[in-house]
Amino acid sequence: MAKIRVETTINGEEAEFLCAGHQTLLEVLRDDLGLTGTKEGCTTGDCGACSVVLDGRLVPACLVLAPEAEGRTVQTVEGIAQGSTLSAVQQKFLEHGALQCGICTPGFVVAAEKLIEKNPDPTEEEARYFLAGNLCRCTGYDKIIRAVLDAAAVMREGTA
Amino acid sequence: MSAAADTTRGQGERKFKQIGSRPIRHDGLDKVTGRARFGADYTLPGMIHGVFVRSPYAHARILSIDTSAAEKVPGVRAVITAEDFPDIAMNWIPTGPTGIDFGANQRTVLAREKALYHGHAFAAVAATSDEIAREAGKLIKVEWEVLEPVLSIEAALAPGAPILHEGQETQGAGDKPEGDSNITNQVLFEGGNLDAGFSEADVIVEGHFETPMVHQGYIEPHACLANCREDGTSEIWASTQGHFNVKSEVALITGMDPNSIKVTPTEIGGGFGGKIPVYLEPAAIVLSRKSGRPVKMTMTRDEVFRATGPTSGSRMWARIGAKADGTFVACETRLEFEAGAFRGSPVGAACMTVFTPYEIPNFKILGIDIVLNKPRVAAYRAPGAPIAAFAAEQLIDELAGKLDRDPIDLRLQNAIEEGGRAKYGPRFEAIGFKQTLQAAKNHPHYKAKIGANQGRGVAAGFWFNAGMQSSATVSVNDDGSAVVRTGNPDIGGSRASMALMAAEELGIDVTRVRPLVGDTDSVGYCDVTGGSRVTYATGMAVIEATRQVVDHLRARAATMWDIELDSVEWQDGNAVATNGDADKGSLSIEEIARQMRMTGGPVVASASVNPPAAGPAFGVHLCDLEVDPETGVTRILRYTVVQDAGKAIHPTYVEGQFQGGAAQGIGWALNEEYLWDAEGKVENSGFLDYRMPVASDLPMIDTQIVEVANPLHPYGVRGVGETPIVPPLATVANAMHAATGVRFRTLPMSPPRVLDAIESQSS
Amino acid sequence: MEASRFEAPTEVEGAVALLAAEEGARVLAGGTDLLVQMRLRRGVPDSPPPPSVIVDVKRIPRLMRTQLDAGGLTLGAAVPAAEIFENQTIKNRWPGLAEATDLIGSTQVQGRATWCGNLCNASPAADSVPAMIACGTTVVIAGPSGEREVPVEDFATGPGKTILERGELVVEFKVPSPASHAADAYLRLIPRTEMDIAVVGAAVQLELDEDGTVQKANVILGAVAPTAIRVAAADTALVGSRLEDDAVNAAAAAASAAANPIDDKRGTITYRKKIAGVLTRRAAHIAYERARAR
Repeated sequence: MAKIRVETTINGEEAEFLCAGHQTLLEVLRDDLGLTGTKEGCTTGDCGACSVVLDGRLVPACLVLAPEAEGRTVQTVEGIAQGSTLSAVQQKFLEHGALQCGICTPGFVVAAEKLIEKNPDPTEEEARYFLAGNLCRCTGYDKIIRAVLDAAAVMREGTA
Repeated sequence: MSAAADTTRGQGERKFKQIGSRPIRHDGLDKVTGRARFGADYTLPGMIHGVFVRSPYAHARILSIDTSAAEKVPGVRAVITAEDFPDIAMNWIPTGPTGIDFGANQRTVLAREKALYHGHAFAAVAATSDEIAREAGKLIKVEWEVLEPVLSIEAALAPGAPILHEGQETQGAGDKPEGDSNITNQVLFEGGNLDAGFSEADVIVEGHFETPMVHQGYIEPHACLANCREDGTSEIWASTQGHFNVKSEVALITGMDPNSIKVTPTEIGGGFGGKIPVYLEPAAIVLSRKSGRPVKMTMTRDEVFRATGPTSGSRMWARIGAKADGTFVACETRLEFEAGAFRGSPVGAACMTVFTPYEIPNFKILGIDIVLNKPRVAAYRAPGAPIAAFAAEQLIDELAGKLDRDPIDLRLQNAIEEGGRAKYGPRFEAIGFKQTLQAAKNHPHYKAKIGANQGRGVAAGFWFNAGMQSSATVSVNDDGSAVVRTGNPDIGGSRASMALMAAEELGIDVTRVRPLVGDTDSVGYCDVTGGSRVTYATGMAVIEATRQVVDHLRARAATMWDIELDSVEWQDGNAVATNGDADKGSLSIEEIARQMRMTGGPVVASASVNPPAAGPAFGVHLCDLEVDPETGVTRILRYTVVQDAGKAIHPTYVEGQFQGGAAQGIGWALNEEYLWDAEGKVENSGFLDYRMPVASDLPMIDTQIVEVANPLHPYGVRGVGETPIVPPLATVANAMHAATGVRFRTLPMSPPRVLDAIESQSS
Repeated sequence: MEASRFEAPTEVEGAVALLAAEEGARVLAGGTDLLVQMRLRRGVPDSPPPPSVIVDVKRIPRLMRTQLDAGGLTLGAAVPAAEIFENQTIKNRWPGLAEATDLIGSTQVQGRATWCGNLCNASPAADSVPAMIACGTTVVIAGPSGEREVPVEDFATGPGKTILERGELVVEFKVPSPASHAADAYLRLIPRTEMDIAVVGAAVQLELDEDGTVQKANVILGAVAPTAIRVAAADTALVGSRLEDDAVNAAAAAASAAANPIDDKRGTITYRKKIAGVLTRRAAHIAYERARAR
């Protein structure tokens, strides 16, 4: 069967790829476009490791079909840092030691960016519920939540 | 060379400059940007995809396998079964508290005579896509003789129970069944006089306990890439806790020459013991050899739950007696552990740890290893100890209640200390149990008020930690910076710890040290990243190698000054001339490094260690929780981990280990469990219904690091990774008792069970 | 290898034509059920084949539209849950329905999941369905022979089964505005705080008179029967009361009695029946307080 040609925008750059109708965005990002920063933990939308932003919405890339990306914009973890500058979330993850094995980190970074964009001054509880779909088995979440709240504070100062 | 001569005693009040600081980890940048490459992120040109085909039965004899239809599917490049491996008999070789059986390891990769659990792989297919391989797998025809599955300890021990391994008789100590049995082994530690001990007791408490099988729950599924080349040499990239182990296991299981195999560790997305066994690599390399193509194998989450990990479910009975003044006098246990399909539950380690934190002169500790038709267990963070502590630490809590004693005071009164004898034999060197208990008692958490339907629990635990073999190589760059290379996959920040130790010895900033994890060809042998051993043992190798580098640098300075080596000291990254040559001043490491080519060439040193023992780490946990009496739903309100780290090299990652272990333990206590249908199929093989804690389930987890130097390590380090999961099961259970008045002796304490218990009590 | 075709029509008629043409056609709205099913069936013997054609309905403007007026809400079938919950007017007017919507899955899943998917998947445990029923929601269905509008209450006929016929597509939902002193609430029980499927769900809508006496009640339970169920006896118990203990306890008892659950990996019969009563009582109190405040 002929593959589907998809034109889309990924991390601000035009991209095109060929895919089958049932392939997921996660598969295409990782296997065809070499964007392996988006991780596969479950393929059922239960772990958050494949979090990406599709047309401004935080979504699990495993639950998006690749052809759906036609004409839309996709942002992955590879598009978070601006040039050689880390985002505040990335920087705070490093400073707080908010990662151990690091497999969940890209998903957390993408989700946390979206949290702070929507809610610049989240409470601990709001952060915990927003990020409840991102599983981490190493850290007990403590340092992750601290890093996210600290990043939000830094970003508020930066925009004040 | 051994580092023992220099490293057997601690250094007391040494003032550290790098150790104890909190630098950004060297691999962090790649991990927050998505660049770090984990197991599934590797590719090779021409790569194809391998998948396992798995048993639809929990217990069935394989009469024949016909792969011909699958082989004919377009895109299929190779199909293998156990027939593609040499026939290795099952044979248990003891290795300390546990052992190894390469025949069983091979049968874990691909079943040979029998499928022993639902999801047991019996064939593997490699094809040009994952989907083609999976579809082709459906065409493999197996003639099964379906057998009655053995799905509980009770069923495994019942008279006339189906036997998993014909010809397997019970080994070990104690009263044993006659003939073939599903009991593979019994462990027994005895001391004093049990009857006399219990007769001295004024109070005796006892209980039956049950815990379900649970999974390590790492977020990265198993993955590897294997390439067998035309000349028979092979390369494997694996997400593993030990690539040297992968190399030797692959060689033994496939019959390949170990010398022909190079294994490169990828970044590893969690393991907790579950990525010590090899599942994929032997199949992947044989598929590669057969197809002439690089083969990538990754598991789905469903496969991870069905066919990797888990740790044992258990059935336990225990009792302990104390005098009216609180002195413990006797204890006894019968610990029955599920091993899954093959011998090797952690019941030995459970026996080594249960009640060991306390001086109890009269004891009988019996542990039983039982096979049944569930996945074969793998190590899981302090294997066996959390399960055993769930029983022991609840009984001690009950004893404190009966004696009307503060539970920490009662533990302090009986706590083991330096010179005390572990129930499995050796005497403890300096340990920090009493200091840890005291710190918990002094913690503001222990004194805080709690409200209605709330309860506070406390429990303790320990893990003996491992030493084992490690190697390190340290080299100096011509700008005075350094590279430290070890062979332990960095599962949680160990690169930073290695760099800190090298930086401390060199007297330079940690950012000037680049830590690397080498492949099996580029660094000396290292045992697995496990047993809380890397910062301790591999760290020791790093310190030793760095000290040799410092000696070389001193010698180079002596050459540059043309003075005796004895006149050169090393201070804060500088060679300093002393004695009669003090007028020479000093040379910085940069100045010495720049002249290396003129003074003797590159400066490199390696060291290897094999410490037979490590320093045990004791922890005490505090938990406040609230129970909804109408629904049985439990919320953790506050949690504090106090633990002896010996010396915290990178306190951030020490705290992280405390917090992560506590969170895993809380999940185990409250909601995690394998659910099985009547045929032995796992019903919850995904994160939706295997309920690990999510961010909103937990509060911040407070930590307090106690530092009682470990005399076996030059800086006093104790491994910290495993102990944090030992106390939480009992801590939460004790808090539940405080909140509800009910003793929960069965895990998990899920809402239906909690509500049922509350209502049974009030009626 | 069987592969699925992918179509993204921009009009309802186009989608209906695609769905009518092939038995194996499946609608893709958020994909949070469809893609999971497709994935979990890969390589599993005897599992249903993948869809012959996947019809993405998110390019149809009518299915992505939110229209609010004094009479109520008309919501496109494929509007993601996150967009619904972010809508302050929806949250204010139907707080229970908004909360139920917010409980479907994680933040990420919220970015995809839809009412239409929650309804058409026909899981007894769907969170939004009891809340939709309590609010008197109807669903507009387009098919080869035109459109029809049916109450959400009549849509699911059993686990995984609905009244949808071949070629039919859920187009939009209509939620009537509550009366001046009416409000709703939804509660569910899960073992964790997030990420679980409801063990029991309870939606309550109450309409009061000026004195705070209940005039009308809608008590709907999820996850305790093959479909969401209305507990008429609980409605009766609450009407005429001002939520005195006797009335609420009677409603709770009626809910427990009406619950007809199964034992499964997510809960037992006994537990679910008890919890149906507890949640009914708690949701009734929340709905009552909200209605009083209006």
